[in-house]
Amino acid sequence: MVSTEEIWGYLEEVFDPEVPVLTVVDLGVVRKVEWEGDTCKVTITPTYSGCPAMKRIEDDIVEKLNEKGIRNVAVDLVLAPAWTTDWLTENGKRKLKEYGIAPPENEPDKSVLFADPVVVPCPKCNSKDTRLVSQFGSTACKAHYQCNECLEPFDYFKCLR
Amino acid sequence: MENALFEYLLRLGDDSLILGHRLSEWCGHGPVLEEDIALTNLSLDLIGQATSILEYAGKVEGKGRTEDDLAFLRFDKDYRNLLLVERPNGDFGVTIMRQFLFDAYRKPLFERLVNSSDEMIAAIAAKSLKETKYHLKHSSEWVIRLGDGTEESHNRIQEALNSLWKYAAEIFYEDQVDEELKKHGVLPDMDSLRKDWESTVHSVLEEATLKIPDNNWEQEGGRKGLHTEHLGYILAELQFMQRAYPNMEW
Repeated sequence: MVSTEEIWGYLEEVFDPEVPVLTVVDLGVVRKVEWEGDTCKVTITPTYSGCPAMKRIEDDIVEKLNEKGIRNVAVDLVLAPAWTTDWLTENGKRKLKEYGIAPPENEPDKSVLFADPVVVPCPKCNSKDTRLVSQFGSTACKAHYQCNECLEPFDYFKCLR
Repeated sequence: MENALFEYLLRLGDDSLILGHRLSEWCGHGPVLEEDIALTNLSLDLIGQATSILEYAGKVEGKGRTEDDLAFLRFDKDYRNLLLVERPNGDFGVTIMRQFLFDAYRKPLFERLVNSSDEMIAAIAAKSLKETKYHLKHSSEWVIRLGDGTEESHNRIQEALNSLWKYAAEIFYEDQVDEELKKHGVLPDMDSLRKDWESTVHSVLEEATLKIPDNNWEQEGGRKGLHTEHLGYILAELQFMQRAYPNMEW
């Protein structure tokens, strides 16, 4: 029987369909891998409630593990504890930046209305002189920014806590 | 207890589903591209929440109904959403004001439901709360921007508030369903929730230089399944495929 460590390794080959530089492990959506009899059970949690990528991620995990010779795979979706961007790995944050997406910053609580906006450095030129274009971007997990220095428009992987 | 829980889950889930559907009508029609994307992002979160809530409702009911059955195969009188969320989109001001009055209720609600004695409700609340914080921030900022903006934007968002205010009170509608669930620690106390809602609403409206209308007529009915004609049109669109081609999938 393949060890769970090895399975975690296989999961490093399953990519997020919407942010294809990140693996599901980088993203922190894989919560547990365990054997139940001869079934490999992978527990995942959604990023956002309506994230349309979850079904695809489920299918991709099954397909990848089948490909690696694991015949019986069950993917279990759990809501608690709720996903947070704090679970993005350091490696994941680095890959995001290289891809041109600013990784989440340490943001104040969203419930404070009128709080000072967070400084998001430009992933291209590292300038801190950037502006929020829209709190909502091309996917549920991203906001839209622009750099005032190099003028690059870019996505920001917004902080979710 | 199961009956009350099922009933409450429909209230919670139908609010998300119907408002999510309303917001999706903005897709391709937003006043600016960023706002088109923002409104449909809110819609996506709400429909995602509705999926989790109605899936759980189906399990609690125990008759084998899935979230899709509940969304696509119920008639208007079986829906339990607030009349507020079925109001037509109107102009952008109406959509934003409706969103604001709703978000100002959902955030403190989820903050409390995180501690519900029902584990599944607590899990859904913890997940949804994070998204709802973004929603409230977005709608509050727009209410202020429009209210404290030009004369035209001020008048139109004030008009929106005047037209929606009578539907806001239903948010705090309570009956034996709530009473029973409160006894079991599933639901929080409504009075303190109402105080939080009022405090958010008053501070944002004040900042926006808007005035709460004097007319304090309260219109309710949605929680009891008594809807306005608007819900029928929503369901006609929402349910068309399943009604025309039963059990179709893609």
